[in-house]
Amino acid sequence: MRNLLPILTVVAAIFVFWYAAAVVLNAPWAKDKAQRAGVELGFSELVSDTWSQDKPKLPAPHQVGAEIWKTTGAMVAKGRAFSKRSLIYHSWVTFSSTALGFLLGTALGIALAVGIVYNRTMDMSVMPWVIASQTIPILAIAPMIIVVLNAVGISGLLPKAMISMYLSFFPVVVGMVKGLRSPSGMQLDQMRTWHASSSQEFWRLRLPSSMPYLFTSLKIAMAASLVGAIVGELPTGAVAGLGARLLAGSYYGQTIQIWSALIMAATLAAILVALIGVLQRITLKKMGMAQ
Amino acid sequence: MNIVSAQNLSLTFQTNDGPVHALKDVNLDVQKGDFVSFIGPSGCGKTTFLRCMADLEHPTEGTISVNGMSAEDARRKRAYGYVFQAAGLYPWRTIGGNIRLPLEIMGYDKADQDARVSRVLELVDLAGFEKKFPWQLSGGMQQRASIARALAFDADILLMDEPFGALDEIVRDHLNEQLLHLWERTNKTICFVTHSIPEAVYLSTKIVVMSPRPGRISDVIDSPLPRERPLDIRDTPEFLEIAHRVRDGLRAGHGDDV
Repeated sequence: MRNLLPILTVVAAIFVFWYAAAVVLNAPWAKDKAQRAGVELGFSELVSDTWSQDKPKLPAPHQVGAEIWKTTGAMVAKGRAFSKRSLIYHSWVTFSSTALGFLLGTALGIALAVGIVYNRTMDMSVMPWVIASQTIPILAIAPMIIVVLNAVGISGLLPKAMISMYLSFFPVVVGMVKGLRSPSGMQLDQMRTWHASSSQEFWRLRLPSSMPYLFTSLKIAMAASLVGAIVGELPTGAVAGLGARLLAGSYYGQTIQIWSALIMAATLAAILVALIGVLQRITLKKMGMAQ
Repeated sequence: MNIVSAQNLSLTFQTNDGPVHALKDVNLDVQKGDFVSFIGPSGCGKTTFLRCMADLEHPTEGTISVNGMSAEDARRKRAYGYVFQAAGLYPWRTIGGNIRLPLEIMGYDKADQDARVSRVLELVDLAGFEKKFPWQLSGGMQQRASIARALAFDADILLMDEPFGALDEIVRDHLNEQLLHLWERTNKTICFVTHSIPEAVYLSTKIVVMSPRPGRISDVIDSPLPRERPLDIRDTPEFLEIAHRVRDGLRAGHGDDV
């Protein structure tokens, strides 16, 4: 708990900065309103107005907090946790395509890495394409993927998951290639002296050696997956998901809604990455590698 | 019977700076039950020669036979156990699990594996450490575990590449003594690469002195010392005489470039 104080200090600093920024950014509108009403605003009135506007340029933290509570906790209390107005529902929608995309991306990433490590042709040819794939702006390719998949009759969760997969397989490929190649020449020679088969070498040496690399990659892949899922909800006219909430918020100038969806997305990412961290600690401990 | 037999063995590495003659016209026979040490300065090809026996390097000229067959066949038949400079234990396996690793690969059944693991742990004086992880052991203990791993399966030959090179002298003396006991009890043929003259003389029945550029054998000394060797044999005149001859051989091989 000795790092609690530094963390709280940083959080407090962020809040101070945020409130101050809200005053500065929302003041013109408050002054404008006051002028039209012919009222003179004192400093405290100005501040309280900038922190309580309906459509502020930058909503104050407590406004975002209240909106999040209204769309999560309060909905749960009313027994409508999964209604279309609930952020829990939208988070769930985004989470399901994130999770599916993450699983697909991890599987694809590991498969490609195994291919690259074991097959010389793939070693020479695949990596440039993998890197090129990440230089294409995801926002440009996302609608294409959805349109193409729709044309062949695939809709719903899978197209969004494909976009998540597209972003998340990359860190897994890079990490796993490095991980599977991490055994030293001596360890590989040792396997040769025992006349071990390639599959024995893979399961008993290369795969266990790659575990620390895998988990690091998975954390990055999970975050990328979430970005992919949200991006996948933006251009498609999706009606559900955090991405759809962001888009709807920006159509109607509902800045508070946008910010609460953003905070929700950040929280979701933090939880998912932390879950991988827990999984990593359990696995490495079981393998005797956590000292 | 010749366990290892090399005839006119040469190995040339092609590098950017031109060919490097790691081994040149090496001829050597190792008899069953021998303890052979290979000694020489870096670059004399002693490790390369050991790796040729293990089929980890492929000679460019000449032939080498191990256990009466080609080195490759010997490797496929798992005719030897190889101990590397570093213990190379898998950090995610316990000591027992590490020793079991080659047994799993070679398809020994479960009960046999257990019996062998406890037998070799006993042999290297590590009984009771089966459930420990490598990082819980000292460097010397780890190296003993790696020797146990090479002893666990039925190989008559033990190839050791400077196994004690990274350990301090006190631990090294102790392990040398243990290794001699082990050799006596298991009746294996051991090929042992080392930098240390006392180590080579103390352990071996046959000392092969090698010299660099190109890597070749400059002297083969059959040790007159008895097989039973307490540590203080190193103070006897016979021991010192052999050590002297090894040193002469090393000096002669070096020529003027030292």
